[in-house]
Amino acid sequence: MTQTENKKRLLDTKMVPAPSQGIIPERDYYSTPVLEARHLGIEFGGLKAVEDFNLIIGKTEIAGLIGPNGAGKTTVFNLLTKVYQPTMGTVLVNGKDTAGMNTVQANKLGIARTFQNIRLFDNMTVEDNVRIGLHNQVKYGMFTGIFRLPGYWKQEKRQHEQALELLSLFDMQDLAGVRAGSLPYGAQRRLEIVRALATHPSLLLLDEPAAGMNPHETEELMHNIIKIRDQFQIAIMLIEHDMNLVMGICEGICVLNYGRIIAKGTADEIQANPTVIEAYLGKKKEG
Amino acid sequence: MKLKKSTINNIISYGIVIIAFIICQSMISSGSMSRSLRGQMIPICVYIVMAVSLNLVVGISGELSLGHAGFMCVGAFSGIIASAWLTAAFGLENEIVRLILAMIAGGIVAGVFGVLIGIPVLRLRGDYLAIVTLAFGEIIRNVLNCLYFSLDGRKLYVAFNNPAIPGTILVNGPNGAKDVAKISTFPVGFVLILFALFVVLNLVNSRSGRAIMATRDNRIAAEAMGINVTKYKMMAFVTAAVLAGMAGALYGLNFSTITAAKFKFDTSILVLVFVVLGGIGNIWGSIIAAALLTVLPELLRAFADYRMLIYAIVLILVMLATNNPMIRSLFGRLIHRGGPAAQAQKGGAAE
Repeated sequence: MTQTENKKRLLDTKMVPAPSQGIIPERDYYSTPVLEARHLGIEFGGLKAVEDFNLIIGKTEIAGLIGPNGAGKTTVFNLLTKVYQPTMGTVLVNGKDTAGMNTVQANKLGIARTFQNIRLFDNMTVEDNVRIGLHNQVKYGMFTGIFRLPGYWKQEKRQHEQALELLSLFDMQDLAGVRAGSLPYGAQRRLEIVRALATHPSLLLLDEPAAGMNPHETEELMHNIIKIRDQFQIAIMLIEHDMNLVMGICEGICVLNYGRIIAKGTADEIQANPTVIEAYLGKKKEG
Repeated sequence: MKLKKSTINNIISYGIVIIAFIICQSMISSGSMSRSLRGQMIPICVYIVMAVSLNLVVGISGELSLGHAGFMCVGAFSGIIASAWLTAAFGLENEIVRLILAMIAGGIVAGVFGVLIGIPVLRLRGDYLAIVTLAFGEIIRNVLNCLYFSLDGRKLYVAFNNPAIPGTILVNGPNGAKDVAKISTFPVGFVLILFALFVVLNLVNSRSGRAIMATRDNRIAAEAMGINVTKYKMMAFVTAAVLAGMAGALYGLNFSTITAAKFKFDTSILVLVFVVLGGIGNIWGSIIAAALLTVLPELLRAFADYRMLIYAIVLILVMLATNNPMIRSLFGRLIHRGGPAAQAQKGGAAE
């Protein structure tokens, strides 16, 4: 592929022309996209759940994925994290092809996610949940653990410190010893984000992070998402039904309907797009 | 802070086991323990180790394994062969050294079987996994029924379905091993319990143990966190197999004759009963249940014919009692009174 062709392709699939909000001084949109999906699709026995999904997310970009219920948003997340193997197209993470990889390898490559229906390790403490996120970051072997070799004490201490540091992001360090399942709903969602962050991702996928939150909590979450992006310098992609949140913080928005992208652009562009309005509100009656 | 809690707690656990050992040992030496009960001491140690190791698979890693006696069987026979071979080949007479080496051999061989069986079995989930482990347990026992081992000087001969092999026969197919040197001792059994506790408790409170529990609690989330589910399921399965093999070697060297029929499906279920009665995932419960339920048939000897009937009733009552929310909360309060350390243990060893 020639240089010009390559650039054309990138322009073609890119979501938005780099809006600068003055938060992040420099963005390498074109050189190293964190995520690139090309003609991604999956069929379930003839039913095309997602089709021809093209998307590029640059470093430190906050992208939104919206669409009516059943549009295939979570399926896209499952394709990106390799819970499902795509039947069409490719996914590149930091320039690496993820074909044939499993969820574990995709995570090691830099994709972390939260779940629509919260999937915490309920019977473990808040700190242990974060420590499981740190599993591939602070390592020691099984025998070091069983026979309590010096490496055990050193690495456990590091895990403890890092876990508390991550929890302090949401002011949750005091809850470290609490059983995760007994946390209130909002705190469980926040803990899922912390746990995902602990895997040191370059792209964080949030599946309905504001579901079940009150307006005040949603407001706080918006600040926190931007804070996470600035502090960790990572790209974030989120599925959300709360339009205030999506329009408020997403620099690029992608609208999905019946498994196909029907619109891409900035918040203002999406709001004015007739196809999007039709998908959400239905067709205007003729006559 | 958590580290300290779990460490203190483990030390308390070891302390209680040591005290129990000292009491039993002094009862044996003062002669206040009945003869039949004294004969039960080593089997009690064996079953405790079996229950603790099965709890690692069933409780901590959350996979129902019905073939645990298979690993015990492998351990028992490899322990017997190793002990005889060590004497024949190296003239090793020291019984304790021989016993320990035999136990290590039993553990290693059972561990190898654990890996071999784990590769196909751990690809399955739930009921299917349970059924396949059951099948493998039976396969091990039936294959051992057809194997003949003999020693000729330093040489070890193995034959399948063919009793005509040179040298002195060690394991005689379906007739099992005869004239085994009874070298198992209660103190070594007690050390094995401590070792099993040490391994399981430390594993649970480590990075690997957390990964094992994560795969049990939510497989999908664990994978999304970059945890290799099969690897950690295998780790729990093989560790349990090694411990079961060591217990098997101790068991095999406690009797002068032993056949593979000893390690039937019943034995697997018996150990599972200890685990379930003691509380799945609760290491302490397993120890207590294994000790009491091994002793119980002996204590009930006075009731003669009604012995097994009473045993069954006791099992049902304990099941009912442990499922009763009132009694559970009573136990819960007792454990709380044990201080924060005991509570942390409850969380650590997973409910």
